[in-house]
Amino acid sequence: MNVNQVAENLALSHQEELVDLPKNYPLSENEDEGDSDGERKHQKLLEAISSLDGKNRRKLAERSEASLKVSEFNVSSEGSGEKLVLADLLEPVKTSSSLATVKKQLSRVKSKKTVELPLNKEEIERIHREVAFNKTAQVLSKWDPVVLKNRQAEQLVFPLEKEEPAIAPIEHVLSGWKARTPLEQEIFNLLHKNKQPVTDPLLTPVEKASLRAMSLEEAKMRRAELQRARALQSYYEAKARREKKIKSKKYHKVVKKGKAKKALKEFEQLRKVNPAAALEELEKIEKARMMERMSLKHQNSGKWAKSKAIMAKYDLEARQAMQEQLSKNKELTQKLQVASESEEEEGGTEDVEELLVPDVVNEVQMNADGPNPWMLRSCTSDTKEAATQEDPEQLPELEAHGVSESEGEERPMAEEEILLREFEERRSLRKRSELSQDAEPAGSQETIDSGSQEVLSELRVLSQKLKENHQSRKQKASSEGTIPQVQREEPAPEEEEPLLLQRPERVQTLEELEELGKEECFQNKELPRPVLEEQQSERTPNNRPDAPKEKKKKEQMIDLQNLLTTQSPSVKSLAVPTIEELEDEEERNHRQMIKEAFAGDDVIRDFLKEKREAVEASKPKDVDLTLPGWGEWGGVGLKPSAKKRRRFLIKAPEGPPRKDKNLPNVIISEKRNIHAAAHQVQVLPYPFTHHRQFERTIQTPIGSTWNTQRAFQKLTTPKVVTKPGHIIKPIKAEDVGYQSSSRSDLPVIQRNPKRITTRHNKEEKL
Amino acid sequence: METAPKPGKDVPPKKDKLQTKRKKPRRYWEEETVPTTAGASPGPPRNKKNRELRPQRPKNAHILKKSRISKKPQVPKKPREWKNPESQSGLSGAQDPFPGPAPVPVEVGQKFCRIDKSRKLPHSKAKTRSRLEVAEAEEEETSIKAARSELLLAEEPGFLEGEDGEDTAKICQADIVEAVDIASAAKHFDLNLRQFGPYRLNYSRTGRHLAFGGRRGHVAALDWVTKKLMCEINVMEAVRDIRFLHSEALLAVAQNRWLHIYDNQGIELHCIRRCDRVTRLEFLPFHFLLATASETGFLTYLDVSVGKIVAALNARAGRLDVMSQNPYNAVIHLGHSNGTVSLWSPAMKEPLAKILCHRGGVRAVAVDSTGTYMATSGLDHQLKIFDLRGTYQPLSTRTLPHGAGHLAFSQRGLLVAGMGDVVNIWAGQGKASPPSLEQPYLTHRLSGPVHGLQFCPFEDVLGVGHTGGITSMLVPGASEPNFDGLESNPYRSRKQRQEWEVKALLEKVPAELICLDPRALAEVDVISLEQGKKEQIERLGYDPQAKAPFQPKPKQKGRSSTASLVKRKRKVMDEEHRDKVRQSLQQQHHKEAKAKPTGARPSALDRFVR
Repeated sequence: MNVNQVAENLALSHQEELVDLPKNYPLSENEDEGDSDGERKHQKLLEAISSLDGKNRRKLAERSEASLKVSEFNVSSEGSGEKLVLADLLEPVKTSSSLATVKKQLSRVKSKKTVELPLNKEEIERIHREVAFNKTAQVLSKWDPVVLKNRQAEQLVFPLEKEEPAIAPIEHVLSGWKARTPLEQEIFNLLHKNKQPVTDPLLTPVEKASLRAMSLEEAKMRRAELQRARALQSYYEAKARREKKIKSKKYHKVVKKGKAKKALKEFEQLRKVNPAAALEELEKIEKARMMERMSLKHQNSGKWAKSKAIMAKYDLEARQAMQEQLSKNKELTQKLQVASESEEEEGGTEDVEELLVPDVVNEVQMNADGPNPWMLRSCTSDTKEAATQEDPEQLPELEAHGVSESEGEERPMAEEEILLREFEERRSLRKRSELSQDAEPAGSQETIDSGSQEVLSELRVLSQKLKENHQSRKQKASSEGTIPQVQREEPAPEEEEPLLLQRPERVQTLEELEELGKEECFQNKELPRPVLEEQQSERTPNNRPDAPKEKKKKEQMIDLQNLLTTQSPSVKSLAVPTIEELEDEEERNHRQMIKEAFAGDDVIRDFLKEKREAVEASKPKDVDLTLPGWGEWGGVGLKPSAKKRRRFLIKAPEGPPRKDKNLPNVIISEKRNIHAAAHQVQVLPYPFTHHRQFERTIQTPIGSTWNTQRAFQKLTTPKVVTKPGHIIKPIKAEDVGYQSSSRSDLPVIQRNPKRITTRHNKEEKL
Repeated sequence: METAPKPGKDVPPKKDKLQTKRKKPRRYWEEETVPTTAGASPGPPRNKKNRELRPQRPKNAHILKKSRISKKPQVPKKPREWKNPESQSGLSGAQDPFPGPAPVPVEVGQKFCRIDKSRKLPHSKAKTRSRLEVAEAEEEETSIKAARSELLLAEEPGFLEGEDGEDTAKICQADIVEAVDIASAAKHFDLNLRQFGPYRLNYSRTGRHLAFGGRRGHVAALDWVTKKLMCEINVMEAVRDIRFLHSEALLAVAQNRWLHIYDNQGIELHCIRRCDRVTRLEFLPFHFLLATASETGFLTYLDVSVGKIVAALNARAGRLDVMSQNPYNAVIHLGHSNGTVSLWSPAMKEPLAKILCHRGGVRAVAVDSTGTYMATSGLDHQLKIFDLRGTYQPLSTRTLPHGAGHLAFSQRGLLVAGMGDVVNIWAGQGKASPPSLEQPYLTHRLSGPVHGLQFCPFEDVLGVGHTGGITSMLVPGASEPNFDGLESNPYRSRKQRQEWEVKALLEKVPAELICLDPRALAEVDVISLEQGKKEQIERLGYDPQAKAPFQPKPKQKGRSSTASLVKRKRKVMDEEHRDKVRQSLQQQHHKEAKAKPTGARPSALDRFVR
């Protein structure tokens, strides 16, 4: 504080002096002296006052009296705020060589740093540890591949044995072999004479040298080439990087334009030279066009374009930019015209037209043009289906109508075929009935009608009715076609069917609808003969095991109860030559009796009831936590309010759907077999994260019951095999092919030093 | 059944016709030379279901069959093309005409593949993936090995084929017997035992021995091929059912009051009083369980290896007298008087499933050897074939004039029904197809009403017990032509039987493992797995397997401010949330799309639909 104040004062006084000086210049010296004297006194007074309270007062060394004679030792520092530097003092007016050495010494002293403090002990230790860890980790890392290999190995055999080569090299064999017989000796002599190798190295020294020799020049050349390639690559990379970093939009625009131009030029050239390649190129361009048409890239719909659109009113440039974008879009989306341009132009106009109309219309047009009946059928069937969906009430008539329409030209043929088939069928039927009569002269009890050919399961009565409907429709159609047809006898079951069955007329039609849809699919696939197919299915109802299931589901949707109540025996005929010798009447009586016996016995209702109970029992129960009388009046006959009950009712989560949900005639127990569950796996083993993964690995049985002997042995080989009576020594570096243990780490590290260092970094982090 | 000679045809042509019919190369069945114990295979190498090495069986002496086999060239075993024979030359200079391992046809190998690759697996880590790959490679290797050993199953099933258009059902036993060789003809025989009432019968698992018990107490066991009687006794009590235990040495007889066990000398070993008033017996060979159904409505499982009653289940459906076992999963099927068939396992107190099959009571139930089809017949005179693979729906139905009282499946899926004194046999297309009830394959009339039916394993023979005794019919193509010498060897010696007994006992399956889908045991128990996981989370206070929350990476140049970190976290969170929403929306769409086609537009008539 004090210091500041003092300094301020000083500065002020200075200013005053400075201001005063020009003014007072002409004044006499006396006045000047008097004036400055007053100033000083005032200053002094101020000083005294200010230093009265402050503790750390500082004395300013100041001469109070003016003296004419100023000693050279008493130097005033007034006026110069600079510090005195030692070098300045030493420096003479003229530079002298004698002082240079001193100066140098001085600078040397200055440049010398002080010795740093030693680190504390903990830190030193930590550094030591780190270094030691790195070193040992490096040394140990050579075992990593060995460990990995052993972990993945199917079987490990201990004690470890170095694999000896099965056949000793021929040199070894020869070295221990001596020529004994005279013939051998003679041969050896010959060989020795010709300096042929007899024992250890089988190659002559010359051969060895030639093997080892490698042309130096070639190697050099190759090296130089490689170097060049590498350098070139690095240049190119650097260039690309530089160019990529350029942020100027204009530059990129220019580059793009240039590229486009170049491409166009090339294309032109290609068109002249190689039209095939040009065509391919054209296709590419076409594809780009397609992409453009699909995307909204240049449609003035982006963020930039929107912002420009706002500006466009006022900014000519923005408007231009937008225009440019639009033109680009047009350019890109325009079709390229290469071949005969006059034709193409027409097509182009058509194109434009077609763009306006939806695709469906186009398809129809095309179909109308082309005489392909397949296309036609599918198309019409489509429309038909749509129609049927529109009003299911009018379906049957519409459907018949549609069929007759859609068949078109092929209809007569198909009808003929149908007729032929029917005739054949009837003939075979007659034959069979004859045969059966032959077989059982005692009396075939059943009247064999056409319906007797089909096996009716009661659960499929609906489908049966459906088929009958089809037949009747077929008859109608045939009558339309003015071809006489013998009516097939309808089987008796109609009478027996309960009234319930005849009720949902609409449902049946719906079923029909779907059936028809299916058949139409068939038509498209194979032959356009729905009626025939129907017949075939009639004849062999068991050939399609999947059909009843579908039916089942639908029926389940309709009404379960109804479905089950249709279980009256609807087939009484058997096209089988049984050798039963029951009288017709007797049989009938018997059946009647059975029917009566079961009339009151409602098996189905009992079963349904049982099933309902089972379903209820398996459902998770809701928890009711209401306390009667809590927070309201309690007592006999008082119930907690509904609101309260609702509030405290904890609804149990809905379990998975029952397995027999869609199977009306089955109750499948949902209870868990806890005894079997005790034998099941309950914990997922290590590498697996989902139970299905683990299940897949245990799906193949390994027992000898299900496998061949070899496979069983292979599947059950022990993971570790030890030889009894042998010492299992720890693994050594030599065992796995490394050199001596002291320097064994070297080769590994040299091989891939980078990998190891990165791993160590990781470990350190951990 | 002799057809009347047609007018205008004299006798010799008819005979000629018959002969052609009999000598027809397409009609034959497998037969065996009279087996002797000398023909028994000396200890064949270990293997079972796959039958890598089939013990020699002097079975197909039929020349025609051989010619038929030779007609089929070894198409599947076609040698690989000789690519470069020079490289294959060995020391002798001879070339291997079939270098490399024998190729295996894909479809044969496919048959042995167990891994269901249609199910998608969740994404797995590299380590897991390597394990899965190993498992798949193993499966492929073993399946190829199994397929290769299929070559050793040389026998083919027999069959019966009529001349063009001729109905095989009209061929009677006499015709068949006349056409086959002597050894096979000897397998057709009748035992006239009119004295002791209707007979029940049972073949041993190897198909070599036959035991039968008459209603009036007559019990006998014999080696039916050589017709050597083992024992014959009269228990002086009504015999309701009879069954061999795991081997032919033990015999369980359900008598009027209690269940008795005899040995093959006819010596009574046990009288099990806890099983009283037993009506039907079934033996589960792999579990060593004897299942008994009693008049009192109890289904009792008796472990015959330790003599303990494993479970006594009350079916709560009155008197039980219709029972059969599913050989695939050892589930017991009981038929009840209310038209249902219930499926039982000793581990559960209530039925595994209940199927409503008939309007009237169920008279007979049979399950085929693959466990796929169940045939039932009821008092409503219907014969139905149900699919047991999860749906339990009838595949085909037929009303029989008299209703079938007894049903049985053969090893190759032939179905026999006994209706009064007539036996009808239906055949399917192949082994794994249900029998088609259109046309019977064979019919036969017996001297009395049928009381027991069983196909003989590994022989084309059907045994029928009736009031007049026992009839052994020839049914070509009924049984498996190749048997497993280690599992059920008809020619085994006593020593071999003892060995097998020990092994079978060692491999005994615990009773509680019986369930509808035996493959389910190879699945992880998901419920306890999840329970365990929940407990672990509770114990640890966190989920060790949960995905770690996203931690933004630190960035430089001042971009790692707290605000930006939060922003980045927010972004990731939002993205995850969006994914979830998208998925749920998709699911909704799917549901709607599914619901649409079924639900047609509402109509005014809907109110009438009940």
